[in-house]
Amino acid sequence: MLEGMLTGLATAFSISNILMVIGGCLIGTFIGMLPGLGPMSIIAIMIPIAITIGDPSAALILLAGVYYGAIFGGSTSSILINAPGVASTVATSFDGYPMARQGKAGKALTVAAISSFCGGTIGAILLMIFAPALASVALSFHSAEYFALMVVGLSAIATFAGTGQVAKAIMMTVLGLMLATVGEAALFNAPRFTGGIMDLQSGFSFITLAMAMFALPEAIFLVLDPARSNTGGGSSEIKDLRITRAEARSIAPVIGRQSIQGFLIGVLPGAGATIASFLGYAVERNIASEEDKKQFGKGSIKGLSAPETANNAACTGSFVPLLTLGIPGSGTTAILLGALIALNVTPGPRLMVDEPQIFWSVIVSMYIGNLVLLVLNLPLIPYIAKILAVPRNYLIPFILFFTLMGAYIGQNNATELLILIGLGVLATVLRLADFPLPPLLIGFILGSMLENNFARSMQLYDGPSFIWERPMTLGLLLLAAALVLLPSYRARRARAKAQGVADGD
Amino acid sequence: MTLDRWIAAVFLVLCLVYGYTAFFTMDAGLPPFMKRNPIWPSTFPKILAGLGIICALIVLVTSKPTPIKTDEIDHRRLGEYKLGQAFGLIAMMVAYAFALRPIGFIGSTVLFLAVSGIVLGERRFHILIPVAIVAALFIWFLVQQVLGIFLRPWPWFM
Repeated sequence: MLEGMLTGLATAFSISNILMVIGGCLIGTFIGMLPGLGPMSIIAIMIPIAITIGDPSAALILLAGVYYGAIFGGSTSSILINAPGVASTVATSFDGYPMARQGKAGKALTVAAISSFCGGTIGAILLMIFAPALASVALSFHSAEYFALMVVGLSAIATFAGTGQVAKAIMMTVLGLMLATVGEAALFNAPRFTGGIMDLQSGFSFITLAMAMFALPEAIFLVLDPARSNTGGGSSEIKDLRITRAEARSIAPVIGRQSIQGFLIGVLPGAGATIASFLGYAVERNIASEEDKKQFGKGSIKGLSAPETANNAACTGSFVPLLTLGIPGSGTTAILLGALIALNVTPGPRLMVDEPQIFWSVIVSMYIGNLVLLVLNLPLIPYIAKILAVPRNYLIPFILFFTLMGAYIGQNNATELLILIGLGVLATVLRLADFPLPPLLIGFILGSMLENNFARSMQLYDGPSFIWERPMTLGLLLLAAALVLLPSYRARRARAKAQGVADGD
Repeated sequence: MTLDRWIAAVFLVLCLVYGYTAFFTMDAGLPPFMKRNPIWPSTFPKILAGLGIICALIVLVTSKPTPIKTDEIDHRRLGEYKLGQAFGLIAMMVAYAFALRPIGFIGSTVLFLAVSGIVLGERRFHILIPVAIVAALFIWFLVQQVLGIFLRPWPWFM
């Protein structure tokens, strides 16, 4: 492990890679602060740039920096103007915004930055311990187990992503898998479902789909509802970034607890930062002393620190299944996986054996990224916050333009733009009807891998007998079935109970 | 019928078409030696079609109307939002896709940024147009010179 760390240090500490981290964090914070643009949209927009860099370590370092920066930027906008850019920073605004209104915006930002820093750093340490262990287990996996594992991942994502609407989420996953079958499959060399359109011969481009699913609907929503981009001229004075020793002491145990809890939640596929931040807030409120409890919701630094820590630790935790199993647990890591595949790197247990420098440099760059956020972004926040004053009439055309460019420069093909716009309009309609979109993208990315592993096991066992002949595969598939069926069973029982009280109609 | 039921119905039709292709037309082109293979190109799509039809039916049957959201955009109050602007910008994007080749990157980008701003209600042309020109030139420089990706900058006759 020490040797690996040194390799990582050597890679991450080259001047160009440090510039990547700093640049990524700054860009991420800058864009992440804009209301409505979450980490997913930003990373989707940054991918074409990362891919043209060519070096996978540098590209991944850049994207990881953008990811952290975007999360930090999101919490900044929810503290300063009560406009959380992403769901995972909603809990931050519960106590952050009241603090800002009491004139303690600077202090709130510092608490948020320190909590994010600690959460991210402790998360990275845990990642360093957990990932190699998990990867060594995963090395003994067979393609049948991979197939089963991906099914588990997809059903877990569907179960968590659509709270109370599992069927919709599974429907989106299936749609993603179906989109993945368009074009030539690796194992058969025959075009499928292209409808005779030449541009679909190589399938849908992953970047186009990522843009169409996240960046474009968000931009259209911003157009539809001017209030979404309303920043309220919130350039309130940001001063006095210091916190006292007593405050530091009171948030230290919160940070310790929430780093670990957040990380563990982040590792689970589908749970991710949003659940971690809300759960962190709830847990800390419940175990706080009576007088602290009254402060929650009115500007408690504990209430601000808890979701921030958990949020960042969970983001780090979500890298565990990505780097060790090659299975993304969230929309953001799914986009990162797509970028890695485009760079000819296959994440999975072999990554640590074949290309340790990529694995370790990502981990080391996580520390550097957290440090950059603390020492560089925090002092710059009063200036970066000026971007909140960019008027909507300029902001929206630029967001749309960058979305289009992202799809165009990868392919140099104007048909790609039409596909992007068509899928984007479709995604907007799906979002209006409350269909969760991350399962679609994850399904699309895992689609070809899922099919290849399935095909390989079918060929090895000359039929589907691998499902019952390999106990581990059977166990995983049963787990997947339980994950899908349990919530709907419980919902049905709850409904039946409720109907017993009221009258059934 | 609520919007999610409509979507489920459309998805059901999509699955039926997809399933029809997988079950009845795809295997016709299969070379004879591959027929002995336990897995065909159509095997996985067949499973997906089945799953998709089941999911679509479940959503179709169980979907219930949700309370109208006030904090998020709700499709039942769509008329209250800036629909015209949204359609205008979507049309602008389509126009941009068609203009990119003949007019060239710089011209079409300046037009796109400027006209989109006007669609959104910007009327300070003395700011809008210079911003669009500077941004287009800057991004072209960035993509072409720094990232090394060729974009045809000028119209077809130049």
